[in-house]
Amino acid sequence: MPGIVETFFNVEVIAAAWPILWHGLLMTIGLSFLVIPLGLAGGTALALLSTVRHQLLRWPLMAWVDFWRAFPPLVLLILLYAGLPFAGIDLGSFGCVAIGFLLNTSAYYGEVLRAGIESVPAGQTEAARSTGLSALQALRHVVLPQAVRNVLPDLLSNTLEAVKLTSVASVVALPELLFEAREAQSVTYNPSPIVVAALGYFLLLWPLVRLLSRLENRAIAGRR
Amino acid sequence: MSGWQRFAEIFLNADVLARYFPAIVSGFFVTLQLAASIVLTGIAAGLAFALMRSAGLRVLNWLIIFVVDLFRALPPLVIIVLIYFGFPAFGVSPSGFVATWSSLSLVLMAFAEEIFWAGITAVPRGQCEAARSTGLGYAQTLAYVVLPQALRITIPPLTNRTIAITKGTALGSVVAVSEILSQASSAVSLSANPSPLLLGAAAYLVLFLPVVVFGRWVETRFAWKR
Repeated sequence: MPGIVETFFNVEVIAAAWPILWHGLLMTIGLSFLVIPLGLAGGTALALLSTVRHQLLRWPLMAWVDFWRAFPPLVLLILLYAGLPFAGIDLGSFGCVAIGFLLNTSAYYGEVLRAGIESVPAGQTEAARSTGLSALQALRHVVLPQAVRNVLPDLLSNTLEAVKLTSVASVVALPELLFEAREAQSVTYNPSPIVVAALGYFLLLWPLVRLLSRLENRAIAGRR
Repeated sequence: MSGWQRFAEIFLNADVLARYFPAIVSGFFVTLQLAASIVLTGIAAGLAFALMRSAGLRVLNWLIIFVVDLFRALPPLVIIVLIYFGFPAFGVSPSGFVATWSSLSLVLMAFAEEIFWAGITAVPRGQCEAARSTGLGYAQTLAYVVLPQALRITIPPLTNRTIAITKGTALGSVVAVSEILSQASSAVSLSANPSPLLLGAAAYLVLFLPVVVFGRWVETRFAWKR
């Protein structure tokens, strides 16, 4: 059995794989900057729709959100990637990831933002309206800022999950960090590239995890 | 032929669906088994770590916090791939099932520990002191006073997190676990028809939709009373 360092942190393998791993890391970051705004935009739309208190809208919205909460994102990606071409629609791996993330992530963001909007007392809107703000202005300048503040830990936690989820794009051959690491691993028969990729994800996301942990602890302390 | 008929012919092909139905059903039970074992080990380990943390030993707590941070920061698929392709170097080759089960258990453990720990710290210190002053021991205080109150508030976030993580059983298809998605994918390539994928998708909904609806109910039932 070869040494542990030689196996899991083989300097030669890592040096050879470095360029594609670096490219993969940049791709992961770029992908995050694509899917987070998409998810936030979709989620905001869902949350705003849910402020329209109408039975005809309320139930379909809830069903929509629950559907995506029950549906594994990888299954959705495979469905788009391997299923749609049978209907003559080929989105490519990038298109599949964009649409898949929009559907999945926006449902989660939408649920969080809805809870945020509901946490702002109705009196706030009424007071804003009575000062002469329009409904839209009241929402934009009074309700939404407070809503976002109230659910900031959950929003960040969702963002963390969205960035982690980009690793699933490796399954549909999008050359992000995990994909490149597996390529390098299969060529060299050495797991070092995957270890380096894991390290990359950890270094990228650890600050966010720390921040979240502190925010959550503060939220608990505030309740006491 | 109308558009709908053509769609149904391709995506809901009765012959193909009938042929691969048994495969999807067997995948369904693998997914169920995988999900159940992840929930059991992940939550038990998370609770154990939270209880250890409540002992207040500084070095141990740093270690626990680091492990929790690690498994919150790493994408589940990266952990699965690492265990599946990395462990053989130690001379042990975990099966895809074991790799997926252990990875997702570790992830659930990390999130569950955070949630249980939050629940424990949310119980006012006075409760603990009062219990101890009546003559209850440390373990008794935890078991009869702190945990019953802590567990109540952990139920809604824990349910949601558990659903999100057990959905990840689909990731097992990457390391050749014969769960729903991998059964569906191989059926698609064998039959050159996408219908099994839709059947697989339906199987996931049958499994997870009731849990999501249950989670919503739990959320209102155990909501934090402000």
